[in-house]
Amino acid sequence: MSVRRIDQDHTRFRQIVKGRIKQDLKRFVSSGELIGKQGQRYVTIPLPQITLPRFRYGDNQKQGVGQGEGENGKPVPGQDGEGAGQAGEDAGKHSIEVDVSLEDLAKILGEELELPNIEPRGNKQLRTAAGRYTGISRVGPMSLRHFKRTFREALKRQIASGTYDPEHPLVVPIREDFRFRSLQTRSVPQASAAIVYMMDVSGSMGREQKEMVRIEAFWIDTWLRHQYKNIEVRYIVHDAVASEVDQHTFFHLRESGGTKISSAYELCLQIVRDKYPAQEWNIYPFHFSDGDNWSTRDTEHCVSLLKDSLLPMCNQFCYGQVKSAYGSGQFKKDLDTAFRGDEKVVTTDIQDRDGILPSIKAFLGKGR
Amino acid sequence: MGNLTPELAALRDETRDLAKSYGLDFYEVIYELVDHDELNMVASYGGFPVRYPHWRFGMEYEHLSKSYAYGLSKIYELVINNDPCYAYLMRSNSITEQKLVMAHVYGHCDFFKNNAWFSHTSRKMMDVLANHGAKVRRYMDRYGQERVENFIDVVQSLDNLIDPYSPYIDRGTTPRADARSEDEGPAREVKKIAAKDYMDRYINPPAFLQREKERMQAEDTQARRFPAKPARDVLKFLLDHAPMQSWEQDVLAMLRDEAYYFAPQGMTKIMNEGWAVFWHSQLMTKHLCDASEIVQYCDTHSGTLASRPGQINPYKMGVELFRHIEERWNKGRFGAEFMACDDPEVRRQWNRPTNQGRQKVFEVRRIYNDVTFLDEFVTPEFAEDQKMFVYGQDPQTGKLMIVDRDYTKVKNQLLAALTNFGNPIIKVIDGNYKNRGELYLVHEWVGGDLQLDQAQLTLQGLFRMWQRPVHIETNEGGKGRLLSFDGKESTSTEVTASHPAVGRVGSAKA
Repeated sequence: MSVRRIDQDHTRFRQIVKGRIKQDLKRFVSSGELIGKQGQRYVTIPLPQITLPRFRYGDNQKQGVGQGEGENGKPVPGQDGEGAGQAGEDAGKHSIEVDVSLEDLAKILGEELELPNIEPRGNKQLRTAAGRYTGISRVGPMSLRHFKRTFREALKRQIASGTYDPEHPLVVPIREDFRFRSLQTRSVPQASAAIVYMMDVSGSMGREQKEMVRIEAFWIDTWLRHQYKNIEVRYIVHDAVASEVDQHTFFHLRESGGTKISSAYELCLQIVRDKYPAQEWNIYPFHFSDGDNWSTRDTEHCVSLLKDSLLPMCNQFCYGQVKSAYGSGQFKKDLDTAFRGDEKVVTTDIQDRDGILPSIKAFLGKGR
Repeated sequence: MGNLTPELAALRDETRDLAKSYGLDFYEVIYELVDHDELNMVASYGGFPVRYPHWRFGMEYEHLSKSYAYGLSKIYELVINNDPCYAYLMRSNSITEQKLVMAHVYGHCDFFKNNAWFSHTSRKMMDVLANHGAKVRRYMDRYGQERVENFIDVVQSLDNLIDPYSPYIDRGTTPRADARSEDEGPAREVKKIAAKDYMDRYINPPAFLQREKERMQAEDTQARRFPAKPARDVLKFLLDHAPMQSWEQDVLAMLRDEAYYFAPQGMTKIMNEGWAVFWHSQLMTKHLCDASEIVQYCDTHSGTLASRPGQINPYKMGVELFRHIEERWNKGRFGAEFMACDDPEVRRQWNRPTNQGRQKVFEVRRIYNDVTFLDEFVTPEFAEDQKMFVYGQDPQTGKLMIVDRDYTKVKNQLLAALTNFGNPIIKVIDGNYKNRGELYLVHEWVGGDLQLDQAQLTLQGLFRMWQRPVHIETNEGGKGRLLSFDGKESTSTEVTASHPAVGRVGSAKA
């Protein structure tokens, strides 16, 4: 069989997804998802999917039958907000779910979004770690010879040369058959990274906006942790004033009031200066907001803070603007104008949950 | 035949003989030993590696192989309804798993052969689909891959518009539009009963005559309508009446045949899986498993039956219900006396050894489908034992909440979800709407709204086939709504008066 049929169909599918052929189908491409389980929570892995339109029911009336414990009026157990998968529908196919490690998740994410590996900066970026005996070589000291491999080679040679007799299964290795364990050295990045998440918690950021930030932060975290050995994460929330908080508070806090973005940038700057000297750390500030700032004066202040102090220290500054009912979205425009052509500043618009993945790709896709 | 190792071949023979000794009856089963990649490939084609080329299979393949590569899931069994049955075994499975899969497969094969709903399916489907594949390829060579594929895309977005019961009932034929006689003849007269003049208005009351006359007129108008009866098999209607080239007609007919072939699998998902689990657990625990394998068997078995809270696992639901039926018919829990008894304690204690359980489950697997199966056999005790509940969405938090454990509500919800495989029921009402050859469909609204944006896009595909404006009447938030596409733009208008033929559908149903 020269080319398998499935490969032809698969190529065709990939071409449609990439928009090379049949452009009118491109509008039906969505990022479908694979559902994996990581510890207690389900995470989803993006996979492109083409859904042809059909006459089908909307999901505006979610109801159904389930099995399990619980009283009337209590939540159905086992749903933690997102990503509860549907059981497969095809007849005669059995599937099982398996846990995925965070490491694997990061790899999967990297492959699906085609993220480049990040190049750490600084001089002493690479350190040679003590190697492990995982390789095989044809030469080496007898103390390291690999018995099993050696005899397997000998057996292969004897069968090939017809000297092997099943009645007298005698296998004698000669010089060429010997195999030795050899040292594989691995490069381990020494560099470490600091992530500073900043989030606008003013009145206009609602539940859904926070949820979007949470999902995005989780993936960014996963990816950066995969890239760096040492990672430190700091969280800042701000409305008119900024304060540093722990992770839980970061995602659950709801404040209300005005928005002064410069307060967050000042605090971020202070943290970075105190704790993370730029020579040793790769610094990634992420800021999420709905784009409403208190005044144009404050926005100017933000721009100058970024330009003069923060940017020179960071690998990259990312600003994600979450769409909300109240936000004007002005801040992103201001940043874009101020930093046109500056590669270190990446801004994205996150309209809804589907916008999360493109946004991550924009943030991490440059490999800085 | 097949490529089994001698060990697996011996195992196959043992399992087959055991299955036969229990009365299972199946076509010959041919096992193919494949690696995971081949299995993913075969599974992408729905079990038939010979199907026509289409990107959808490629998409399926990507999903399967990615989730296998990432260790998210793996398929370990695949069997198709054919004579002989083809079943695929994953090479990397352990012997215990292979035993389980084989036992499971014989359950499916027995079901395919004997369940009445499969009776119309072609048992030479491997050949049929290979022919379809060859024809589609030939059309692609001749008319261009993209052109043929685009047409297939359209058909696929409509292929849930079939009438799954039509293979079992004679629905009559829809006459072709041009075949109807133009000469309608004189209007029919209401037949009067002969009576003397002075008795006439008592024996033939004028009000009655008037009603009869109207009824006949309505009948005549309906008969003149096209189609005369609402057509649920939309694909057939298109096949008969849409202006198509002959290759398009051929492709549509082939895909429609495939849809009908796969339909019974959707109709009997719970039963079919339940039946297979019922038999693999019998054969494994009573015969095939030796002591050292029992833990691994239990692990795999429970993985199959595991249900997340809040979801129905068809494997579990099916096997539990079969076991429940067997127990009931073993203990005499049936018949008028049992059904009339409404004391839950008495019902639970009921035990009159009748021992007809085995016989009953075989009968059930022959004549029921999922809807009738659940309708007939989900009893209050069963619903309670299985801890079934109805859930709904809390409008505030968006979380799913347990609403009720009442057995009738559980059952209604279950049946509603299974009706027409969870697809909306859509019929062709008028093929000559406004006397302008426009196509008018009606969604029979029974509580669930359509996804309107999707419906609009589907209409565009339908237009591609009908080549005249197309409409669908549905309901949104309790109000009638008409979606239309005239070839240029999609419109959505509120409907105040339904299409005249719709009223008749309603009354015919009542």
